[in-house]
Order: sequence, then structure tokens, then C-alpha cells
Amino acid sequence: MQQTVTRVFVAKYSELPERIGQAVKVGEEEIALFRLTNGDVRAIENKSPHPKGGVLSEGLVSGEYVFCPLYDWKISLIDGNVQPPDEGKVKTYAVEVDGDDVYLLL
Amino acid sequence: MQKRKLVMIGNGMAGVRTIEELVKIAPDAFDITIFGKEPYPNYNRIQLSTILQGEMSFSDIIMNDWDWYESNHIQLYAGDQVVRVDTKEKIVYSESGRAVPYDELIFATGSLPLMLPIPGINKQGVIGFRDIHDCEMMMQAAKQYKKAAVIGAGLLGLEAASGLVHLGMDVHVVHLFGHIMEKQLDETAARLLQRELEAQGMNFLLEKETVEILGDDRVTGLRFKDGSEIAADFVVMAAGIVPNVKLAKESGLFVNRGIVVNDYLETSVPNVYAVGECAEHREIVYGLVAPLYEQAQVLAKRLVGMVEKGYEGSIVGTQLKVSGIDLFSAGEIYEAYETKAIKVHNELDGVYKKVLIRDGRIVGIVLYGDTSDSTRLFRMMQQKQDVSSLTDIAFLKEGGAKEEDVAMMADEELVCGCNGVTKGTIVQAIQQGASTVEQVGGCTNAGRSCGRCKPLIAKILEHTLGDAFAGQAQKETLCSCTDLNRDEVVAEIQAKGLTTVKEVMHVLGWKNEEGCSKCRPALNYYLGVIYPEYRDDRDSRLVNEKMHANIQKDGTYSVVPRMYGGVTTPEDLRRIADVAEKYRVPLVKLTGGQRIALFGIKKEDLPNVWADLGMLSGYAYGKTLRTVKTCVGATFCRYGTQDSMQLGIELEKRFERLDTPHKVKMGVSACPRNCAEAGVKDVGIVGVDGGWEIYVGGNGGTDLRAADLLCTVKTAEEVFEIVGAYLQYYRETAKYLERTSKWLERVGLSHVKEVVADEEKRTALNERLQRTLVRYEDPWRKVLEDEPLRQHYYTKRSIPVSVKED
Repeated sequence: MQQTVTRVFVAKYSELPERIGQAVKVGEEEIALFRLTNGDVRAIENKSPHPKGGVLSEGLVSGEYVFCPLYDWKISLIDGNVQPPDEGKVKTYAVEVDGDDVYLLL
Repeated sequence: MQKRKLVMIGNGMAGVRTIEELVKIAPDAFDITIFGKEPYPNYNRIQLSTILQGEMSFSDIIMNDWDWYESNHIQLYAGDQVVRVDTKEKIVYSESGRAVPYDELIFATGSLPLMLPIPGINKQGVIGFRDIHDCEMMMQAAKQYKKAAVIGAGLLGLEAASGLVHLGMDVHVVHLFGHIMEKQLDETAARLLQRELEAQGMNFLLEKETVEILGDDRVTGLRFKDGSEIAADFVVMAAGIVPNVKLAKESGLFVNRGIVVNDYLETSVPNVYAVGECAEHREIVYGLVAPLYEQAQVLAKRLVGMVEKGYEGSIVGTQLKVSGIDLFSAGEIYEAYETKAIKVHNELDGVYKKVLIRDGRIVGIVLYGDTSDSTRLFRMMQQKQDVSSLTDIAFLKEGGAKEEDVAMMADEELVCGCNGVTKGTIVQAIQQGASTVEQVGGCTNAGRSCGRCKPLIAKILEHTLGDAFAGQAQKETLCSCTDLNRDEVVAEIQAKGLTTVKEVMHVLGWKNEEGCSKCRPALNYYLGVIYPEYRDDRDSRLVNEKMHANIQKDGTYSVVPRMYGGVTTPEDLRRIADVAEKYRVPLVKLTGGQRIALFGIKKEDLPNVWADLGMLSGYAYGKTLRTVKTCVGATFCRYGTQDSMQLGIELEKRFERLDTPHKVKMGVSACPRNCAEAGVKDVGIVGVDGGWEIYVGGNGGTDLRAADLLCTVKTAEEVFEIVGAYLQYYRETAKYLERTSKWLERVGLSHVKEVVADEEKRTALNERLQRTLVRYEDPWRKVLEDEPLRQHYYTKRSIPVSVKED
């Protein structure tokens, strides 16, 4: 079986504020987009891996990490891993920036 | 329970200390009335000489200010002397005509300067040295007269003389004996002291017995037994003190040299007690503060019936409070046939040490020039430790070894002899957050009497907070991004003039360049306190404060509009109802803070909800003043004594939006039934007849804690002033996320009381607070007026795509 990669336009790069998450609804999935200080754009599922759930787009961003706004877990925006002492993983998405257009590769 | 009536005659250190102990162990047991001859609250008499020496002002030596009496419900008649006691009917009568009945009566009349019965003693310009009035006379005299004579070279005389020298007078000290301070010092130490004092400008006339004070109306000089004379236009009698027992004698109490008391401070008359310098216990009248404080503790316990062990007498140590003089003595001074002495006399450095030993135990200590061993030796003496194997002298010890002394001290070793505070207690206070000598004093009482131990406390602080102690006391850094703690960060911000969160993290070498969810909000807060005009860094706030709404676990938000004092109107209620319907709000709920919350509102709807409500933010999400809960009060309630709603509304209006280290909740009740639950609020106000009681540090949440009474005031204006100062002091000294309850326990209630009672400090705090308050505006309205802000924080994109799968 082969899976086609779908390229979905989600935002204008110039309209993404630095270090403030943007929640984007793509189909049924809610995704949090982050433009980091170093210029990179990262995308993760907008759902905290904490058992009680919650959004991640409102979290405080530091470097390549976001702090879960409800439970203060530290989560990597690169690989989605929750940092110790907590445990868990968030789904990550590949991002492509083409000129001023930001695409998610689903 | 009916309160017993307690009357105390005398408003000095020992007596008031008894009352302090009493209200600590049984705050509601007594109706307390105190008569004081002097028109002042209790002050630190031992420090009078420091006023003369220009080191302190009168306000510095007040120990219990007027507010203390008021907040403890003590009726103080200052400036009114008791003139008669009827021990049968149990009533005391005062000079001004007051008649106060008692169940228990305490004599704390202190002592009087011994005025030698010599001709001329009543001439103008001859005074004792005992109270503030004497101090004022001396300062006055120094302006007009030049030549002073002090009769008596004991502790008191030398302190007075030193003060007069400081005031610019030409001072002769006249002494009956061959060397000065003969009760405390041997001849060698006395000569060293005399030389030092002469160098400071004092003149000594030894072995001179004054037989007459010369002059017509005013003194012009002294004549001695050997026929010689000196000129003097001002004379201080400091030949000694005598217990003030006149009233006790007239009242039928058994009096010897002092009022005779047993181990429970009971006099010969039932329900009458004596404490302090007026009391004679086992034939000893004490004149130093430490034993008197021990008596005070025993008496307080006796009054509430919880005495196990009586007072058994004290061994006392002495020190002289003259700047530049280091001196300590205790116990026996002079060698006797059966004592053996160990002496060190270093003429180079002007150091003399002598320890007298009898049967292997220390029985006397004289230290001059270096008193660093005094605590250790004094303890060995008190505990009657066998020292026969310890008689080595460290001869020509390595310099700089003193640091070690603090480290070597055992935890149970006494640091503050006056208040019985051990090293362990002080270290504990430091570990709980006390970081200055004053703060240590605030929570332990150490150093608050004679002040001699303050340098030692400073050393313990230095040692405890220094690197050497790091193993035991883990340093509480701001977060893992830095090795600095709160105080260091704040100090660095001020020293380096750092103005933004980013700059702080950069300049102070943050390990994570962009900080974390702990330090960023904290830094943003500290900067906001340091600079009243600080521009808030919105992105360094956590979600609720950033969004000005409370995030719920499903990502929606709750909205709580401001409802000052929990008072609303039909119009507001109607609007809330309309909004709830329009946005299909899933839950409308009354909050614990007397207002209405709308739950389940989508982020992108927030600005519209706010616009439709047309109300101000209630800050239910913030580290700031949440609500002021009020009861109905005098407006409608038959019990209400005050207009609690009005005061609550006004408080909320004055202090809303202010950033604080953690959330602050207030409550105002109009009577002690306390329907607004002011006793578990950060700031709780309770109306009483003719005024308001202000309670602080209450907490109804995680750390349940009843609030403490801060003070009682008469007017609403005073409430605002005290609450303003209190809030600002909390803002300036608390750690971020430290509730007032924890903070208050850390810094100490008495310390906070002192700060807000100090008019100068209070005014300055309120000024800084006002300068900060002007920077705030309603955040909801701001979002509505600011389109980019709204775009930035309150939009959500929805992209209608379907993901194709093959």
C-alpha cells in the first residue's frame, strides 16, 4: 500500500507571529503551528498527551519547546517527546515553507 | 467565659514583655489595663544611651508602638501614674482620678536612679539617667552648658558620660572607688577601659566621694570629701539604681530591698505579682534585661495557670554599650583563695581575658577588647560544665579563625541572651527565608533588646547563606534556567538596570536562552515591581493572563466580569443573560467570589462576548486582586456596624488589576460574625464599633490558614492606607507565586506590623503603589480597541480540506 503525501497550505509565513501558537483545523485534525525564534516553523497535534488532554497552541514557547498551558509539561516541537520527569509523545507533522507559503505535509 | 481583669502598674520592658507572653499564650483570657508614668509606649530603655551617642532616634527604640496596644486590646494609660492600691477591694486609683478594678495585679514599677542624700541634690541641673525625659534634658543641657560631671562610673554612668561627650560637653566622671566599673571589671580590665574612654575624651576622678553640690539655684560645681572641688554646670547622678517600691510599701506588700516575690513572682498579697527591677527574688534584685525576661515568661504562665517550673534565679552577664568598646563580664570578678584564674593579657592589641575557675567550673568571666568567646564561655558557666580538662589557652592563635566560631557553635548555643534565642532557631529562620539581621529579629526576637548579638547574627547569616552551607540548605534558584535565586536576580536587575525579560535572561547568562514557564512569568513580574512604568511582556505570561480568560481543559475559556463587592444590578444581570443565550454558553455559575462566570466560550468568541457584555474584566484568571467579598452590612443588616459593601467596592476599585506575586482575595464584613469570611482572606476587614480590624495572611485554599490581626483603624481612609502599604510590601518582598499566607510566615507578622506602622515607610510604599497603579487599563476594552492585538491572540484558522488517501 502506498500513501500519497498531501501538501496542504495552512498559513502565510509573514502572518505567523513568533513564539505564539496558531491552532489550525485541517479536516478533522486540529494542529498547532509555531514559528520559532530561529525562523523554523513546527507543527504538532494540538492536544496535550496529558491524560486529561487540553490544547497546546496556547502554551509558552521557549527555543524548540512548548510548555503545556494546562499541566506545564515540557514538550519538544522537533520530535514531540515529553521531557522528563513527565512522559509521553505528541504527533508531529512535517512542514514546508515555500516563499511566503507554509504547507503541512500530511 | 468571663474575662479576668488584669491591671499592670508600669509600662516598661519587663512588664510589657510579660503581657506579650501572655497574649501569645492566652490572647482572650484577660482584659488588660496598663498604667505608665511616662507618656510613651514601651521603649527599649537599654538603648537610651545610643540616642545620646547619636546612633539611634527615639522612634528606633520603641518596642511596642501604640498600634500594638490597640491591636491586642490593651487599655494603656500612658502618662498616668497609679497612686493608691486597695488590695482588699482590688481597685487601683490613678493620679488623674481613674479607679480600675482588678482580678490580678502586676507591679512592674521598675527602678529609680539613686539620688545620693547630699546637700544640693535638688539644685537645677542635677538629674538622674533613667528615662526619655532625662535623655531630653541632657540633650537640652548640652546646648547651653559646657561642663558636665557624672557621679558614678558604673555601667549607667559611663554610658551617660559617653553620650555627653558625644553631645560635645566637657565631661568629668567622678567615682568613689579606685577603678571604674568595679562590680563588673577587675583592675586590669578597668584600666584598659579607662584608657580607651580617656582617648574618647572622658576625664576621670577616682576615689572621690562627693559631699556637696555647689551653687545657688543652679549647680556650679562639686565638692569632695578631701576638700577639692570641680566646676560643673550640669550633673548626672549615676551612682546606682534602687527598686521603685514606694507604692508597693504603701499598699501593704512585703518589701525588703525590692518587692519580695517567690519563684512564681507572687508577692505577699494574694493576686498581686511583681516582675522586673522592682522585684526581689531570693534576695537578688536584677537590673539586666535577660533575667527579667525569664521572670516575664514565668509570670505569664503563672497567670494562665500553666506553670510547671518556677523562676529559679539567673546568672547574668554584662556588656557596656559605648561605641568602640568591646567588653563582657559575668559572675565573680575577683580572685579568691579557692579560685584559680586563667588570664590572657595582650597589651599590643589591648585585649584582656580572664576566666575564674572553682572546683573545675567556670565561676567568672572578664573579657575586654575581644568578646568573641563570651557566648561559649558564658554557656559553659551557666551549664556548670567541667572544664578541668579544657584549660589550654590558644596562644598566638592564627588570625582570621573567627569565621570558624560560627560553624563550631552548637545549635542549642545561645546567641541572644536577652530573648533566649539559640543558634539553631536563628539558622532555622534563615532557612525559612530571613535574609537580614532585621528579618531574623522579626521572626525570632533575637537582637531586639540590647542589640549586642547583632554582629553574631550577621555572621550566622553570612555563614548560613554562604557557599559553605550549600550542602545543607539547598539554594532555591528561580528555576533550572539559572543558578541565581529570587533576591540575586532582583538585585542584578537593579544593579545592571535591566529592563526587559529578554535582556535579563541574556545578561544574566540563562542556560535556556528563552527561559521557561517558571522564570519568564516571574521575571516579567519582578520587572513590573521594580519599574512602575514597566511595559508588560504579554508573551511571558501564561495562558490565562495572556488571554485574560481562564482556559478550561477542552480549550474553551470562562469569562467572569467585574462585579465590585459582589454587588450587581438588574441591567448587568440582563446583559449577562443575553450573552449567555446568544453564545449558547453551556454553563452559567455563581463563583466563590460573589460573581457570575460564563463557562465554555470559544477563544475566537471572547472579544465579541466582552463587547456584548460591556463590562470590565473581573481578573478571575490573574495573579492580582480577584474579588472583595462583602456582606450586606449596616445598609440592611441589623447586626452590621459598618458599611461593608461600600468599603469593599472602594477597595476593589482602588487595587484592581495590580500585579501581585500570587492571587489576592479580600473580604469585608460589617461585624465579627464575619459573613464575608474575612478570616480566610489575604486581606480581611472586619467592622467593629467605631472602626475596622484589618486581618492579613488568611487562606481558604491549599494551605488553610486563619488570618492574623494586623491592626485596628478608625476610618476607611486608614484602611486604604494600611492595605495599600501592606500590598506593596508584599509585592516588593515576596517571591513570585508565594501567597500572602506563606510570605507572612516567612517574614514574620511583627516585622510586617512594624513596617506598616512606620509612617515614613507606609507613605513611601503607597507612593510606589500609586505610581504602579496608573499603568493599568481594562484589558478587555483594550483588545476591543486594538485590531492587531485581536488578530494576534484571538483568531483561529480553519482550513476545509479533506486528506486524500489511495
